Order: sequence, then C-alpha cells, then structure tokens
Amino acid sequence: MAAQLARVRWGGVFAAAQKGPRVSCRRWAGASADNVYDVVVSGGGLVGAAMACALGFGAWDHICNMRYRAFRRMQVWDACSEALIMFDKDNLDDMGYIVENDVIMHALTKQLEAVSDRVTVLYKSKAVSYTWPYPFSMADSSPWVHITLGDGRTLQTKLLIGADGHNSGVRQAAGIRNVSWNYDQSAVVATLHLSEATENNVAWQRFLPSGPIALLPLSDTLSSLVWSTSHEHAAELVSMEEEEFVDAINSAFWSDVNHTDFIDSAGSMLQSAVAFLKPARVSARQLPPSVARVDAKSRVLFPLGLGHAAEYVRPRLALIGDAAHRVHPLAGQGVNMGFGDISSLLHHLSTAAFNGKDLGSMSHLTSYETDRQRHNTALLAATDLLKRLYSTRATPLVLLRTWGLQATNAVSPLKEQIMAFASK
Amino acid sequence: MWGGSKLSSSGSRFLGRLRSGFRSTKADSSRLTTSAVYPKNQLSWILQIKPWLFNENRIMWFKSYSMTFACLNWMKSYRLPWTRPYSTSRTTVDRSEVKTFLALAHRWWDEQGVYAPLHSMNDLRVPFIRDNLLKTVANHQPGKPLSGMKILDVGCGGGLLTEPLGRLGASVIGIDPVDENIKTAEHHKSFDPVLDKRIEYRTCSLEEIVKDTVETFDAVVASEVVEHVIDLETFIQCCFQVLKPSGSLFITTINKTQLSYALGIVFSEQIAGIVPKGTHTWEKFVSPEKLESILESNGLSVQTVVGMLYNPFSGFWHWSENTSLNYAAHALKSSLQEHPAPAEFALKGETEELQAEAFTSSGVQEELKK
Repeated sequence: MAAQLARVRWGGVFAAAQKGPRVSCRRWAGASADNVYDVVVSGGGLVGAAMACALGFGAWDHICNMRYRAFRRMQVWDACSEALIMFDKDNLDDMGYIVENDVIMHALTKQLEAVSDRVTVLYKSKAVSYTWPYPFSMADSSPWVHITLGDGRTLQTKLLIGADGHNSGVRQAAGIRNVSWNYDQSAVVATLHLSEATENNVAWQRFLPSGPIALLPLSDTLSSLVWSTSHEHAAELVSMEEEEFVDAINSAFWSDVNHTDFIDSAGSMLQSAVAFLKPARVSARQLPPSVARVDAKSRVLFPLGLGHAAEYVRPRLALIGDAAHRVHPLAGQGVNMGFGDISSLLHHLSTAAFNGKDLGSMSHLTSYETDRQRHNTALLAATDLLKRLYSTRATPLVLLRTWGLQATNAVSPLKEQIMAFASK
Repeated sequence: MWGGSKLSSSGSRFLGRLRSGFRSTKADSSRLTTSAVYPKNQLSWILQIKPWLFNENRIMWFKSYSMTFACLNWMKSYRLPWTRPYSTSRTTVDRSEVKTFLALAHRWWDEQGVYAPLHSMNDLRVPFIRDNLLKTVANHQPGKPLSGMKILDVGCGGGLLTEPLGRLGASVIGIDPVDENIKTAEHHKSFDPVLDKRIEYRTCSLEEIVKDTVETFDAVVASEVVEHVIDLETFIQCCFQVLKPSGSLFITTINKTQLSYALGIVFSEQIAGIVPKGTHTWEKFVSPEKLESILESNGLSVQTVVGMLYNPFSGFWHWSENTSLNYAAHALKSSLQEHPAPAEFALKGETEELQAEAFTSSGVQEELKK
C-alpha cells in the first residue's frame, strides 16, 4: 500500500460517540440467511476502518502511543516568484497533526479488536456482487441489500456503506454517475531523514510548475515527502539512486531557476505596498530543512485524479471517503474529507436510530448527502482550481497567482477562514 | 424527494377535477401528464409544478367552492376510510369505510407515496412518545430506550408507528380492524427478525381486546385515530381499562376549527391532495378542550398538549404552540393511591373515579412528581 500521508485534524471527529443507541453493526461476518446486519461497510482502507470503529463507538487512544506530529505553521510558496503564504496560529495552538497512514491503520485495527462484540471484520474477503432492494416492499422480495462474497457467502444488511476507494465497486454496482478525470500526475511519497535535528514543526509546500512538493514533519529528524509530478518524472524519482533523489528534493525546494525578473519586480512592488499599508508582519521566505537520506523502502508512487459522485446516497446505500470524492493531495484534505463524511453520517445515523427509524431510510441519508456535498464540492473545486493555476509557467497566470498569494497572505481574517474550513 | 410525489398525487387529483367540468388550459394538463412519467426527475418536477399550482389555485378556489360544498355533503353520507369498522352498538367505527381503505392498503410503506405525511410525522411522534416514557424510568439501556415496556398501538394501519417503537425495544401489539392493513404490516415486519419477535399484530377493534388485556400496557398510542371514531367516550374508557396504573396515553389528532376545515379538508384533500380525498370528516374532529374534558372525566390526567404543523412543500412536520390544526396530547392514568387533589397540584391532578384495587406505585409516583 502506498504510505499515503494524511494531515489530520485532531479531536472532534470521533467525539461523536453519543449517548445514542449502539448501532449493533457488523462489518462482514459469516452469516446464515436469517442474519440481517444493521450496517455493512465495504472497504477496509483508512476511511472504511474508521467508519467501522466509529459505529462501534470506540475511543481514540491508540494513535497517541504511536508516531504523530503536531505542526504549528505552514508555509506555501511558489517556484516562479517570491510570493508566499504563511499560515500561523497566533495563540500557538497546534494547527494540525501529521499522522502516517500506517499508524492510523494500526490504531484502527487495534480499536476494531476492542469493539469486536459489535463489529466483526472479515479480512481478505472480496465482495463480488450486490443486490439492491426494490423501492418499497413488494410481495416476497427481500427489502435488504444482499452482498455476495468471493467465497460464496451472502450477507444481508439494512445499510451498505461504500468506502472502497475511488474505483468503488459499490458505486459502480449501484450505477451512480461519477464525474472524474485524471491529472497527468503521480505523487511520490517517501520518508526522509533531515540533515540535522530541528524543532521541525513547520509544514512546507512549494508549487513547482510540474506540481507541488511538500515536506511534512514527522519527528525531530524525520519528515515525509509528497511530491506530485508528471508520470515520467515520478517513475524516474522512484527508481533513481538515493543520493540523486535527495539532491532532486533539495534543489526542488531551494532552486530559483524558475524565477523571472519581471515577476520578481512585480511581486516586490506589491510587497512594498502591503508593507506600507500593514507594516506589522514581515513574511520573509524561509527555507525548509535540507534532506540527508531517505528511508530505503519508503519510496512509492500513485496516480492522481479528481472524482466526485453525482449522488452520495441511494436507498440503503451511502458512499463515504474516496468512493464519493477524490482530490489532489496538494491541500492534504483527501482523507480529512473522508473523516468528515464519517462524522456526519454517524451523527445522522445515531439520530435516526434513536428515533427508531429504519437505518436505510432515505430521509436521514439525504440529509447526510446535502450536508457533505456542500462542503466537499467547494473543497474539490478550490483544489482543482489551485492545481490548474499552479501548473503553468505562463507569465500572466504567474503574475495573477503571485499577487493573489501575497494579497491573501496579507489578509489575516481570510487565512483564518481558510484554516477553519479545512479543519471542519 | 418528498415534494415531488406529493405534488404528483395532488396534481393528478387536480387534473381529475379539471376534467370533471372546469375549464382549464390544455397546455397545463398536458404538462402535468408528461411530468408525471418521470418520477426520478423530481427537482425539475417541482419547479415545473409549483408555479402552475400557485397560479391556478386562486382561480380554482373560487370556482371550486361550490363544488367543494357539494363534495362535502356527499362525503358526509359516504363515510370515510380510516375509521374502524366496528360492530353496531357501543362501537366506534364505521364498516363502510373499509373498502376505500382497502384500495390503499398496500401503499403504506411507500415513503414518498400517499402516506408520506404519516411517515414524516414519525419524526415528531416517536420522540414525543419515547421522551415522555423515558421520564417514567430511572435508567435505560442505551440501545433500547423502551425495552421492557408494553405498548398498544390502536389503529396501527400498516405499522408505520409500530415498527419504530419496536426498534426502540418495546414489545408492541398493533391492532387495526382492517384486515388488509394487518396483512401489510405483518408482511413488512417479517423480514426483520428482531421486529418480528417484538411486534404482534391483530385484526380486531379496541373493545374486542379489552377483556383480555385489562391493565397490561405501559402505554397506549392512538395516533390519527380519534378523529375517525364515532363514540369517543367509549374509546377513551377502553384505553383507560387496558392501561396499567400510571400508564401513558398518547393521542395525535386534528382540531375542530375553521382553520382545520379550510386547510385540513379543503386544501389538503380537495385542492392539494396531500391527504386522500374523503379521509376526514370535519364533524368528527376533536378540539383539545373537548378531548381534555373526556380524558379527565375518565381518569386520565392530561400532561401535555402541543400543536403540530405540516409543511407540505418540505414534507416535514414541526412542533408549534398553535393547536388549531394538528396536535398531540399525553395523558397519564392515575396511580391507585388515594391522593387529595388540591388546586396547586393541577399538573399532576388525580381523578375522582378510582378503581378499587390495591396496587400502589409510590416509587413511580415520586418520579412523576419531579
């Protein structure tokens, strides 16, 4: 599996463990035909496992005992100009946390064991086909969703949650239309050793014309790399020698080869105007720590694209995570949106269960859909726009984004709004 | 999603009346029929239908007033669906309505169909019942707040309210005199093994089970029922008899006001078709004051009366302080300890008619007084 990184907003997501009733949910279990499950979650990645945990109403202690890192500041800047934007929380609170994929999965697995009386996990099983119920009960047709597994067993459930990634089988089986396109980019991820131990609580991202490169802190000496670039370049990066790779990273962050004089002078012009109006802050460009080594087997790559399902819900079906929406990693929001989906779906399911409602009923599923589509569509559109805006070296666009970035950097309330939205 | 099919039935109803003698634009009717073919395209549906409905409404109102009156007079003699076909003396229901009801008996569980407002009313009445019952117990299991309670759902229809109560842990008996309704209800619950065990359905009237079930139920629910019964006094007396001491009676019904006539009968049935035509008779509507007096005189002290309001465009119900349309009431059967009834204790008023039984439930009484 790709060691995909997640910037996770800590806290509130699973404090949703209400006093509501336990949805006695099972996730894949060997069953006879008369066993009807309340919920089946199809898909065992970050979002699927987290949903299963959340439905079992567990607590989140395990990650704390493993590796994670709080970060306080975030600097994002352009390769074609001096413009940069710095996100910083005044009150010195942590902005967010970086947690590795594997760490989260490990914690989730442990938690699933803890709630195994309510949640059953079937590993290494594959859903082969799905049978959907008719709109309302006709004579002798089962009103539940039937899932046929690879080994021939069938499960029946009142609600099927599809969390099986951007090529979701559940979504395809339901015939839900998916708007999607591929970016001609792949992301390379790796774990890096820094040259010297530092406080390492800043997240760095630089937009190169070929794609953004980001360095995210994991510990005092370790950082994680996410480098989105063209397919060919990504393949090269993964196969090159360690030293070459390290050099490539350092120069990507430090080199000014893409600067032009015109843009530089336009940028400094606006910068002095801003400094005149608002003399307080001086955002000088800082450079990220240099990289010395890379962890041997940690280099992997995966392709990027955008996807958004036209409907998140159908009777007795809900899509969460990448099955519903797929986004470019430049904002680090992919799995966060998935966790947001979980939180919202859990809230709606709990309320419905406490009202004795049928879990697969459209009324509360539609509220979940409205809730999340509003939030996710905005984020998807913004991320796509940013990706396209920063993929070019064309002067007018570079000028536009340089000035735009500098202006945004100067307006603190706007930055706070951005941080708040991303933390939802 | 909700609005689409409600307005579809309203539209087709409207269309029917148009064809029955009013002049209308042909274009409008054809627009309606073509839209009706695509139930999935509901959003554009609503956009098409709504402005049309609003414009035509005002014109139709005046033209239809005389028609409505004639309709009403005819309806009064016809007798309407949802009342129960009980037998003659001391019964509460009318047999001739069963036929009309039978036609709709299989439509109960279509959440966007003709019974959509009742499905949506669950969002109000289930919490109403649940929260008022929870006040009477000290602890409850998180998964099943009503576990251990026995509830009688009178006039359960297809089981729309019975099933949520069963899911919350209660043992529920649902009764309805229309056999088809019970069959639909049985069929629907048969797929869910948990509900199958917790719910029992019977085709019978309330009077028929009174003898066997004296003082067995923690709660009796009569939702959208009392506006269809003929002899309300008898009905309430039967409810009293089957309730345990300190048991709860929950009633939801429609008030008898000019507004309920205008909106509840003329608009909902005649014009917009939100309720199947001929369902209600205005004369049978019960005002909260009348209901309270009957309840109090039969040993049930009224705890809460609160109004409910239906928004036909959103398809959702809301609580309201105004009881002039729909309202819900909660009454408690007195426990059997003799208590004086001073004026200050009006909220927990005891009744004069006490049964001669030695049952005391002082513990529960204390809780109630809190």
